[in-house]
Amino acid sequence: MFAYLVRRLLLMLVTLFGISVVIFVLLRIVPGNIVDILFAAAGYVDPADKANLEKELGIDQPLIVQYWHWISGFLRGDLGYSYVSEKPALQEILPRIPITARLAGLALLFSASIGIPLGVISAVKQGTRLDYALRVVSLSGLSLPSFWLGLLILTASVAMFGQMPIFNPNPQTWLEAFATYAVPAAAVGFRSAALTLRITRSSMLEVLRQDYIRTARAKGASDAAVNYHHALKNAILPVITVIGIEAAFLIGGLIVTETVFNIPGVARFLVEAIRWRDYPIVQNLVMFIAVVVVVANFTVDMLYAVFDPRIRYTD
Amino acid sequence: MADKSDLVLDVRNLKTVFFTNSGLFKAVDDLSFTVKRGETLAIVGESGCGKSVTALSLMRLVPDPPGRIVGGSVSLEGTDLLALDETEMRAVRGNRISMIFQEPMTSLNPVMRIGDQIVEAVRLHRDVSAKEAQNIAVEMLRLVRIPEPARRTREYPHQLSGGMRQRAMIAMALACRPALLIADEPTTALDVTIQAQILALILDLQKELGTGLVLITHDLGVVAQTAQRVIVMYAGRKVEEASVEALFASPKHPYTRGLMASIPAVPAPGIAAPARLNEIPGTVPSLVRLPRGCAFAPRCKLAIKRCEAEYPPLEDCGGGHLAACWRAEEVAEVA
Repeated sequence: MFAYLVRRLLLMLVTLFGISVVIFVLLRIVPGNIVDILFAAAGYVDPADKANLEKELGIDQPLIVQYWHWISGFLRGDLGYSYVSEKPALQEILPRIPITARLAGLALLFSASIGIPLGVISAVKQGTRLDYALRVVSLSGLSLPSFWLGLLILTASVAMFGQMPIFNPNPQTWLEAFATYAVPAAAVGFRSAALTLRITRSSMLEVLRQDYIRTARAKGASDAAVNYHHALKNAILPVITVIGIEAAFLIGGLIVTETVFNIPGVARFLVEAIRWRDYPIVQNLVMFIAVVVVVANFTVDMLYAVFDPRIRYTD
Repeated sequence: MADKSDLVLDVRNLKTVFFTNSGLFKAVDDLSFTVKRGETLAIVGESGCGKSVTALSLMRLVPDPPGRIVGGSVSLEGTDLLALDETEMRAVRGNRISMIFQEPMTSLNPVMRIGDQIVEAVRLHRDVSAKEAQNIAVEMLRLVRIPEPARRTREYPHQLSGGMRQRAMIAMALACRPALLIADEPTTALDVTIQAQILALILDLQKELGTGLVLITHDLGVVAQTAQRVIVMYAGRKVEEASVEALFASPKHPYTRGLMASIPAVPAPGIAAPARLNEIPGTVPSLVRLPRGCAFAPRCKLAIKRCEAEYPPLEDCGGGHLAACWRAEEVAEVA
C-alpha cells in the first residue's frame, strides 16, 4: 500500500510536469503577447519602447529560461506579477479561489444529491412513467449547455420577479447567499446531475439483477434496505468515477457560467487573463486547476478501495 | 397422512405463471405437497421444469413482473403466506422460512463483510444488540464448521472459497432457526468432494434444529442420499411423488424411469462401458404451448392415444406413491 502511494505520488508529479510544459508551450504558440496587444491598442509603436517593455517583463528571453523562471518560482511559491494589474499573481488568484470552489462544491453536491437518489428511483421503477419522465429530464440536462441554461434562468427570473440575482460578495440574508451561489451552481450542476442520474440508473439496473440482491430479499430486508444498502453500495463505483471526471469538466462549465452570472471567480478571471496574454496568471491558474484535477483523480482511485473491498492497492 | 400439527409446510394447488411476450406460461401448475418437521423433501426434474420457481413462490420472491402466483395456498406452520401483505411476509422471510441458493460465488454481497451479512439477517428478525448479533454470527459460522469463525466474520466473500461461501450462506439462512429451509441446488456449483461435505452439513443441521427441508436438485444421487420423500416435476407439474425407497425401487412414471436410466453407471470391472450414455429423447416442451394431454407424451415410448388427449390425474398406486400416468401400472413391466 505504502509503495503504491509513493508510486502514485511520483506519477502525479510527472503528470503535473507534463501539464506545465504543455501550458507553457501552448501559451507561447498563441500569436501575440501582452506587449503586442498594448501597443496595438495605443496605435503607435516605437520598436525601442516595445523591446524595453518586453525586456522588463522578461518575455524577450529564450523560452527555456522563461520556463525555468516560472517553474522555479512556482515551486518556491513565487508566482510573479500580473502583467495587467502589476500586483502579485498570488494576490490576484487567491481571493477568487473560494468563490469558484464554493460554486464547484455546490454544483457537485447538487449533482450527487439529486443525481444519485433519482438514478436509484429510476432504476427501481424501471419501465414506469416516473422512469421515463426522469430519463427525459436527464437527457435534457445532458443536451442543454450550461451557459444557455444560465441565460434561461436569468431571463426567467427577470420575467417572473422583475429582477435577476446579482453576485453579492457579502450576502446578508440566507436568501441572498442562496441566490448568489445556488442558482449558478444549479445551472452548471444540472448537466452533472443528469449524467450522474444516468450512470446511477444503469449501474443499479446491473446490480439489481445480481444473486446477492435476491439473497438480501430472502433475508427479509425491506425494499429501501435492498436498494440503498445492498444495491447502491455495489453500484456506486461507476458513479464515483463519473463524479470525479465531472469535477474536472466543471471548471469548463464554470468559465461560461461565471461569465453569464457575472461572478468574480477564477474561471472568468482565467478567460480575461488569456485575452491579455497575462502569462503569470494563466500559467499559474491552469497549474492550480491541474493540481485540483489530478488530486480529484487520485481521490477517486482511493475511494474505489474504500467502497469495494476487492480492490486493494498492492504491488 | 401425518398428524396436522406435525406439518411445517402445506402447499395446495400452487399456480405460478409468467406473462411474457410470447404468451402466458404456467411455470408451476397445480402443485401440492407437504413437508413435516425435520423431514427432507426432494424436488427433482430437468432445467425449466419449475423447481426453482416453486422455491421462489414459497418465499414469495417470484419477480413480478413478469411472474405472479395466481392460485393456491402456501401454509407455513398454519399461516397462509399468500394471504400476508408484503410487510408481514418480510417478517417471515429469513425468519420462519429461509433459502440457500445455487451460486455461492454470487449469492453473497461482495462489498459486505460475512459477519455483517449474518448480523443483518439476525437483527431483521430478533431484537438483539449489535454485539449479541455479532456473537450469534460467530456462533453460526462455528456451527457450519468454518474454522476461525471470529476472524471469518470480518472477511469479505471474495476471501472465501466456494465451499466456505456456501457454508456462510447456510449459516445466514439458519441464523434465525427457521421452520423451513429451502435449498435450491445447493451443491451444483461446487466440486464433488465439497458437495458431499455441504450435503452432510445441511442434513446434520437439519436434524439438530428440526428444520423441514425442501431440497431442489436435478441430481438423483443427491436425492437418494438425503431425502425421505421425492417429488418429480415435469413442465410445471408434479408427475410423481413417493418415498425415496419406493421411487427408486419402482418408479411409476416413464419420465422418472428415464431420469434414472440417464444416470451413468460405473461399469463393473472387466465390462466395457456402454458407448453411449442413456438419455431421454427430445426436450422439455415450451411452457407456452403445452400439449393438451400429458406434457411428457411426445417424448414417451409408452405414449398411447389417450396420453395426447387427456392429462392423466395423479393417482395413488399404493402406499402414498402418486403418479400422473395413464400407463403407470404398465411402466414397470414394459421398461
